[in-house]
Amino acid sequence: MTTIDVQAGRLSQEQLSENFSDAHPPLNSGNAIVEANRCYFCFDAPCIDACPTAIDIPNFIRKISTGNLKGSARDIFSQNIMGGMCARVCPTETLCEGACVRETQDHQPVRIGELQRYATDSYLETSETFFERAESSGKKIAVVGGGPAGLSCAHRLAVLGHHAVVFEAREKLSGLNEYGIAAYKTVNDFAQREVDFILKIGGIEIRTNQRLGQDVKLEDLRQEFDAVFLSVGLGDVNSLGLESEEIAGVYDAVDTILELRQSVNLAELSVGRRVIVIGGGSTAIDIAVQSKKLGAEDVTLAYRRGPEQMNATWKEQEFAQTNGVRVKHWVAPKSLRSENGHVTGIEFECMELNPEGKLRGTGEFRHMEADVVFKAIGQLLEDSVFSGSEMPAIEGGKINVNLEFETSLPGVWAGGDCVGSGEDLTVQSVEDGKQAALSIHRRLK
Amino acid sequence: MADLSCNVAGIKAPNPFWLASAPPTDKLYNVERAFRAGWGGVVWKTLGIDPPIVNVSSRYGAVHYNGQRMMGFNNVELITDRPLEDNLQDIKKIKKDWPDRAVVVSLMVPCTEKDWQFIINKIEDTGCDGVELNFGCPHGMSERGMGSAVGQVPEYIEMVTRWVKECTDLPCLVKLTPNVADICHAANAAKAGGGDGVALINTVNSIVSVDLDLMAPEPTIDGKGSHGGYCGPAVKPIALHMVTEIAKATETKNLPISAIGGISNWRDAAEFIAMGAAGVQVCTAVMHYGFKIVDDMIDGLNNWMDEKGYETLEDFRGIAVPNVTEWQFLNLKYDIKARIDESTCIHCGLCHISCEDASHQAIRIIKENGDRRFEVIDKECVGCNLCMFACPVPDCITMERVDSGTEYQNWTTHENNPMRVEEN
Repeated sequence: MTTIDVQAGRLSQEQLSENFSDAHPPLNSGNAIVEANRCYFCFDAPCIDACPTAIDIPNFIRKISTGNLKGSARDIFSQNIMGGMCARVCPTETLCEGACVRETQDHQPVRIGELQRYATDSYLETSETFFERAESSGKKIAVVGGGPAGLSCAHRLAVLGHHAVVFEAREKLSGLNEYGIAAYKTVNDFAQREVDFILKIGGIEIRTNQRLGQDVKLEDLRQEFDAVFLSVGLGDVNSLGLESEEIAGVYDAVDTILELRQSVNLAELSVGRRVIVIGGGSTAIDIAVQSKKLGAEDVTLAYRRGPEQMNATWKEQEFAQTNGVRVKHWVAPKSLRSENGHVTGIEFECMELNPEGKLRGTGEFRHMEADVVFKAIGQLLEDSVFSGSEMPAIEGGKINVNLEFETSLPGVWAGGDCVGSGEDLTVQSVEDGKQAALSIHRRLK
Repeated sequence: MADLSCNVAGIKAPNPFWLASAPPTDKLYNVERAFRAGWGGVVWKTLGIDPPIVNVSSRYGAVHYNGQRMMGFNNVELITDRPLEDNLQDIKKIKKDWPDRAVVVSLMVPCTEKDWQFIINKIEDTGCDGVELNFGCPHGMSERGMGSAVGQVPEYIEMVTRWVKECTDLPCLVKLTPNVADICHAANAAKAGGGDGVALINTVNSIVSVDLDLMAPEPTIDGKGSHGGYCGPAVKPIALHMVTEIAKATETKNLPISAIGGISNWRDAAEFIAMGAAGVQVCTAVMHYGFKIVDDMIDGLNNWMDEKGYETLEDFRGIAVPNVTEWQFLNLKYDIKARIDESTCIHCGLCHISCEDASHQAIRIIKENGDRRFEVIDKECVGCNLCMFACPVPDCITMERVDSGTEYQNWTTHENNPMRVEEN
């Protein structure tokens, strides 16, 4: 009989606070100036192209170097109202910093993300906002989903003089920034401070605990509003497709991350001694590292392919490894083992690529013991959001939109993770929301 | 939003950021791009009398310092190498297309009244806002009796300025060379000749480096080199001093100044304006980074003025000038001491060694349990600032005022001064 070891309070309060403090502490003014002066102020800079929101990066960095922090922050926020959060959560190594010419030159890119945080933090401390509303257009737009795409859309609509009403299913705004990102990436309640900053412009009405398909119907919103923007995210999760996945000890990573982010006392959270995470994206990394930081003894991230195929960037993988997570490549879960209705381990099959480059099992098996298993193999659009209403066209599991972010339903736009505009990143969602707002504005004029 | 508009000797512009007479202002193409980027004005690359001059290949030299490129920059280029008529057409068009921007034409012709009258007549119907007399270039043209050959002789400055003022009503800026012992003589001469303002500094005589294989100065042109005009961030302190001298002198304190010399950002510009300049001119920073830097210049100056409560440039122009005094009036009772912030010190020892070998042996090393820390010996510290500057950690070493703040005594009454004025 295996002893299942799942318990709370594995670490002292002090240890927990240290583990969940800012993973990348901010630059101080001296460091920021030195770092800013490393930027070459490239012409038509590649980093701008690599940013989904096209922030004029060399310009904001130059403004840091000359001490014009306000101007620097304005350059950032005018392109990306969540420039503060993006500075914390963007995989800069594959975006701006990956494209930095100093990466090409000597593999030491300018630390753009940290500089962006420096500039935005300094402005957010002032409790001001650059933005003013245009004269009221008299138009009302329903924004469904108060995550990055929804807030970005609502903010841009407000700037353009429209009235935005945000319907949010949960209690708090900010979506995955509040509920779905590792705690050490966004400390001190940053997500909510950012929401306050965004709402400061006025003209944005918030209705929380309003779930689409349950508390509000798309059909009604289309009747009542001049336009609807859907930014409902991906509310469902993929399953492993194994037998008895519902047994105790097997969780969806997103649920646990949510619980962790909303927890007031981390010492009260249960954590397994041996944890296995199935998946290869940011969510898998986040739950693996957070489990380790909560005191799990062995955390294994099991992925069916190799490091290059992982959705998590090399830097995220490295971060997991330096935090004590073991990354096991080329294994796919085949069956769950359990005792008395609680998971005790997983049987994996070793995987390889066949000569045509297709993934196949080798016929060799490995057993790994576990007290807790997390599934982090991707999220899906929740069908129920459209219950009782006409559905927009769906393609590849996501809402189909054209270049204007219009869905197949007249008067309904969509953006963020629920559409296939790009990678499922905060920064992409912010851009979607902004572009959709501009499109709605053009259409309503 | 502050009002950044400026008026330099009667030449108006929406902001004080002008491009200096140099390659970036050589033709319509560049100047149009500059105005689109937001520059408030240009001083057109110096015109001369046809046939145009010819230039050499390999024209610039540079001083890179600690990884920062082009901290200092020099050139052996001459005035425009384009035919006069081409330039005049371009100037006419740009002024027509951009009426709100300042378009000033820089001029340099042989030192005869006839030549100056000729060139002034030529530029008058371009619609330009003013002229700038190039009495500054230290190389190439000076050997032909132009440029700094004029600027180094106050009588010539006055004479040529008078010729120009006699044949045009256009505002006339006189561009001065720093390659003189006292800039005030030149500024006085410009004023005496009727000049409406001065522009300074032009480039400083220089050899930036020697190629130790070719054994020739750089830039090297087929094995030989020549002295060139030095500019860029390195010359800013020299320019700032000369501008201050003119702003402070009784004879020239109201003479409008267009400041030039290493100005790279809004902060530099604010410093020159605080020292009395009515506007600034920029070149090297643009040659390095392009016209786009003006975005931060305008935005940064605006934000800073808002923060300080200055609504127009006049609100702070020249207000630092009264604080520039002579050494003999500085307060000898003022006393500061170095303070080392233990929490940010990285123990490099540069504060100690700079003080130990080069100053007053006022920072001691304390070794404890294999670690070391540094301590200021107050009674030895003279408050020279050297350790603060040598320290690589920003704000780790600061200077603290330790005197009462109520006493004042300067050199004029000090007991060590044999020439002292007896008090009472």
